[in-house]
Amino acid sequence: MAKTHVSTVINGEPVEFLCEPQQTLLDVLRDELNLTGSKEGCSSGDCGACTVICDGNITCSCLMLGAEAEGRSITTVEGIAQGDHLHPVQQKFLEHAALQCGFCTPGFIVAAKALLDENKNPTEEETRYWLAGNLCRCTGYDKIIRAVLDAAAVMRAEAAE
Amino acid sequence: MPNLSFTAPTTVDEAVRMLAGSAGLAKPLSGGTDLLVQLRSGRMRPEAIVDIKRIPGLIGIREEASEYVIGAATPGVMLSAHEGLEHAWPGIVEGADLIGSQQIQGRASLAGNLCNASPAADSVPAMIAAHATCVIAGPTGRRTAPVEAIVTGPGRTSLAKGEFIIEFHVPKPKPHQCDAYLRFIPRTEMDIAVVGCAVNVTLDAQGVCSDARVVLGAVAPTQIVCDEAAKALIGHRLDEPTLAALDAAAGRACNPITDKRGTIEYRIKVAGVLARRAAQIAFERAGAR
Repeated sequence: MAKTHVSTVINGEPVEFLCEPQQTLLDVLRDELNLTGSKEGCSSGDCGACTVICDGNITCSCLMLGAEAEGRSITTVEGIAQGDHLHPVQQKFLEHAALQCGFCTPGFIVAAKALLDENKNPTEEETRYWLAGNLCRCTGYDKIIRAVLDAAAVMRAEAAE
Repeated sequence: MPNLSFTAPTTVDEAVRMLAGSAGLAKPLSGGTDLLVQLRSGRMRPEAIVDIKRIPGLIGIREEASEYVIGAATPGVMLSAHEGLEHAWPGIVEGADLIGSQQIQGRASLAGNLCNASPAADSVPAMIAAHATCVIAGPTGRRTAPVEAIVTGPGRTSLAKGEFIIEFHVPKPKPHQCDAYLRFIPRTEMDIAVVGCAVNVTLDAQGVCSDARVVLGAVAPTQIVCDEAAKALIGHRLDEPTLAALDAAAGRACNPITDKRGTIEYRIKVAGVLARRAAQIAFERAGAR
């Protein structure tokens, strides 16, 4: 089977890899590039645990082939913090205890970060709809929504400074 | 998948050659939100996957004098963000926007939703109601077909080997013409239509319906253009007798199945209710223009 050579950008860094045609971007991230933050939940685009940002849009990396990443720019949960400085969404997930087992958390963090990049002041309803593609089976969603809205408030305050 | 190949051609002709030249099943890939699930589950065993997104024009929306041209692989987020299209045909954008989550919206396309050939495809009824056509490229050249000519049954299309949709043409609405799409699901998000209904109406200066098209989804093996329901609207204002006639005609057009989402009787009932509600929204929008 012919492997495809892919040149892409992941978390701001140029990356090259070889992948087989049927390998998903999630397979490549986890198995080839050792970026295991993105999780494999359902493998059918329902749970959002594998959410990444591709050229500005969130997408399920289980529903994208690795070969499709050619020339794209991908952000995974590993690229959300700036070094040791957590993104406000990450900080607020900790403060609000918006996670329990943590399996869904990377997908929620990436999706929430993308929401706040696009909408600085989302309503609770907008936040719930935006995160409808991310499933959590532990905490219930309320703490997650509180954490995202609180992070949005922090980011607005920082922007106003 | 012992011999699966992946290619990402940059011209239509190259893509046709790759699709037509494969000995086994060859699938065009746009958003992949259905194809990759089918690939993984083993339900679909293609020999070739041809990513059509690198072909110029396959992603994007072009406004021309009398129509919008929408690239086959244009994802939902781009449809929702296009103010001109949303103003012209809010029902088309509503239908596409109902598909899946924000993650799915970043990838899922009109051509993929159509060619996956689910009777419940949310973007299809409003496209049919708007008289949208598609341009199909294939080994014998290009042809144009109305959107309703593509799906022939669940999972089946009229596309021949080597053919794929490259773009959709949606005529601009006439004065006092507008549409609406509603789907019924038992919750608010992330589900598959029990029934979908698109209504496209044109009103005269007095608010009387002069032209209409009513299209139902998820109540038959394919989307259905319900001429009887359109006739119930044409020549009338939206009073209760007209709505009752529309409701009854929509119900009569249904040929649904009973499954976990709803029984035959329930789907027929809901089709009538959705037709009423979608007609009310479409009349309001058309009247406000």
